[in-house]
Amino acid sequence: MTVHQRDWQSFVTPAEDGAVHMDLAVDGITCAACMGEIERGLKRLPGIRKARVNLTSQRLAVDWVEDQTGADEIVAELERLGYAAHPFDPASQKERQDKTGKQLLRCLAVAGFAGMNIMLLSVSVWSGNASDITPETRDFFHWISALIALPTVAYSGRPFIKSAFRALSSGRLNMDVPIVIGVGLAVALSLVQTIQHHHHAYFESAVMLLFFLLIGRYLDHNMRGRTRSFAENIAALKAEVAARINLDGTVREVPVSKIVAGDLVLVAGGERVSVDGVVETGISEIDQSLVTGESVLVPVNPGQRVYAGTLNGAGALQVRVEVASGATLLDEVNRLLEAASQAKSKYVQIADRAAQLYAPLVHGAAALTFLGWLVAGLAWQPALVIAISVLIITCPCALGLAVPAVQVVVSGQLFKSGILLNSGDAIERLAAIDTILFDKTGTLTLAEPDLVGAIDPEDEVLILAGRLALASRHPLSMALVKATGALTPLPDVTETSGAGLETHVNGTTLRLGSPLFCGADAASVEARFADVPGASLLAVRYGDEPVRLLAFRQSLRPDAKAVINELTKQGYALEILSGDTEPSVRSCAEVLEIQNWQAVMTPSAKIARLEALQAAGHKVLMVGDGLNDAPALAGAHVSLSPVSAVHLSQAAADAVFLGHKLQPVADALRLSIKARRAIEQNLWISTIYNIIAVPIAVAGFVTPLMAAVAMSASSLAVTANALRLRIGDGKKTTVAN
Amino acid sequence: MDVLIYLIPIALFLGGLGLVAFLWSLKSGQYDDLEGAKWRILDDDDLPEK
Repeated sequence: MTVHQRDWQSFVTPAEDGAVHMDLAVDGITCAACMGEIERGLKRLPGIRKARVNLTSQRLAVDWVEDQTGADEIVAELERLGYAAHPFDPASQKERQDKTGKQLLRCLAVAGFAGMNIMLLSVSVWSGNASDITPETRDFFHWISALIALPTVAYSGRPFIKSAFRALSSGRLNMDVPIVIGVGLAVALSLVQTIQHHHHAYFESAVMLLFFLLIGRYLDHNMRGRTRSFAENIAALKAEVAARINLDGTVREVPVSKIVAGDLVLVAGGERVSVDGVVETGISEIDQSLVTGESVLVPVNPGQRVYAGTLNGAGALQVRVEVASGATLLDEVNRLLEAASQAKSKYVQIADRAAQLYAPLVHGAAALTFLGWLVAGLAWQPALVIAISVLIITCPCALGLAVPAVQVVVSGQLFKSGILLNSGDAIERLAAIDTILFDKTGTLTLAEPDLVGAIDPEDEVLILAGRLALASRHPLSMALVKATGALTPLPDVTETSGAGLETHVNGTTLRLGSPLFCGADAASVEARFADVPGASLLAVRYGDEPVRLLAFRQSLRPDAKAVINELTKQGYALEILSGDTEPSVRSCAEVLEIQNWQAVMTPSAKIARLEALQAAGHKVLMVGDGLNDAPALAGAHVSLSPVSAVHLSQAAADAVFLGHKLQPVADALRLSIKARRAIEQNLWISTIYNIIAVPIAVAGFVTPLMAAVAMSASSLAVTANALRLRIGDGKKTTVAN
Repeated sequence: MDVLIYLIPIALFLGGLGLVAFLWSLKSGQYDDLEGAKWRILDDDDLPEK
């Protein structure tokens, strides 16, 4: 890795009393020992004020005095300790402090405190009502309850009031609307009852309802926060930096967000290209698999266009950054992406659909109750009291908890299987899938090429070639190094950019590179290509011995076959849509026994196929990683992308999966189906509870005590049912790194 | 029953004290890293050098 002078200033923020502060994502913190090691290791550096590892989020916060230690020394020290670390770009740190989570916890704490105290008073009133409480004492208790409840509802109810207001102002109904109406009416009714010296007040119901719902809300937020912070770490460790060549010729590494059109960027051999632009100088080969799905390396010369996300081969390139000009692949992808995102009908979550049914039903029932009692000859005030008690007892408690509780449990399990959700409702959408479209390159296969066939450890020349390959960062050289396990580089290697490597061993010339560079004849090259379709060739020539042709191909994910079989058995229709050449897609499809496959697909062809399927009423899951998959990922009913995907595709997908295996795809489907079942059960529990509770309320028999008991019982029932998902899923899946 | 005039405010005050303590601990970042906190207990290296 060529280390340029990196422009660290952009990662550092000022802290108190002259120190500076930096947040880093650290890779490889697995246990408590790492924590101590990092903190003590850093404190040995001069000028470090504070170093604290956060084990939950795998991050490190450092404060130091700038004129004694540089940020690069801190990263180098971590490197020395064996941890890859990369600072966060403060520009992208929108919510490092998790303000929303803390706000929810504060609301929860206040509601909990108030709920307990009001409940103490209420229990006294209830038992007093049954025995000998004096009206003065009861009123006094009610007033104290009101004194606690009113500020609490005003403070802790804000998350719901805001969200309900937002929904109403955009002409929708969500779960929060009935909640706010219920709580508001309960408090208002209780105040009126208190003023009129009634026996009953419902303050504790209102506050308890908020308390239960805030628990659900906080859990929900926490689950999103955890996956979000994990995804941020991955993004930071991917280190989206570019080496900018300044006008005075110096090279500085800066975050990609700081690169503007017209900048000149240096891409060293073996590095990922981090910008879109045109090559100014340099010759190399580019691995475009992440962009077009082609697994064969493409030669590039000055004047040609390169895309962010492609992998540079051996040669150094200088790339002039360009913004999209309207005619490139990237523009086409962006256009399609926009169209696909707009065409995607807004999926309405189960909970909100339930709310749309629930709110009119319950409010209708309450209104009918009121009218019914009026007709039956009751005065309007007691009739109104009974009507409002209907609203209180049908509290949306269980309904408001039913979905988040399940989502929290399931997303925790998905997290264990190495799946990071971008959206909570992805679970519901996954459960409805009947067709799965796979991209090939980088999705069914691994992103790095592998040598086809085994290495004979007795083969002197290959071992030498492996040692020679250590000198280059070309993807194929690295694959050869991996295959041969070479450790000691050969001396005096000369590299011809875009062609190959050469050195002398015992006076004999050893060459490694393109077949042309090693003088292989065309016939044997053709034969090798016919042998291994869709391969990239690397030639080795040792003196006058015949040239050897090594074929490299991206190998399938280790468990791809098993997972595909499992999915076929479960009755999913599978298809491969790849941008790669026909022979390599064919061989992949044959190995995996997938009947439907299409090769050489452009992004628009992928999305056309997707739309055809969706028009036919299929619910499609798209799994892909390339730039060319992004529109299809955005347009599919639900989509997954591997962690190695380009940024644009990850942003378009509903979930990202980690590791070398394909298993997470099957896990996601399996867990989502379980989750949907649990959500449905929970909604049934809520419904049954309401069916039982409403008639009692309509008859006018509901006391605050009954409301409190029924409410707690229903909330506990749905939570317990959600937790049941944890039992029985004893499959311990660990994330493969 | 007059004793309630004293008892209830005292009870509320004590409860409120607990609430304030929780809000303070939240604000001072004690819940930011629960995973790390459980391991830090076992870290012996913070003992003074003998």
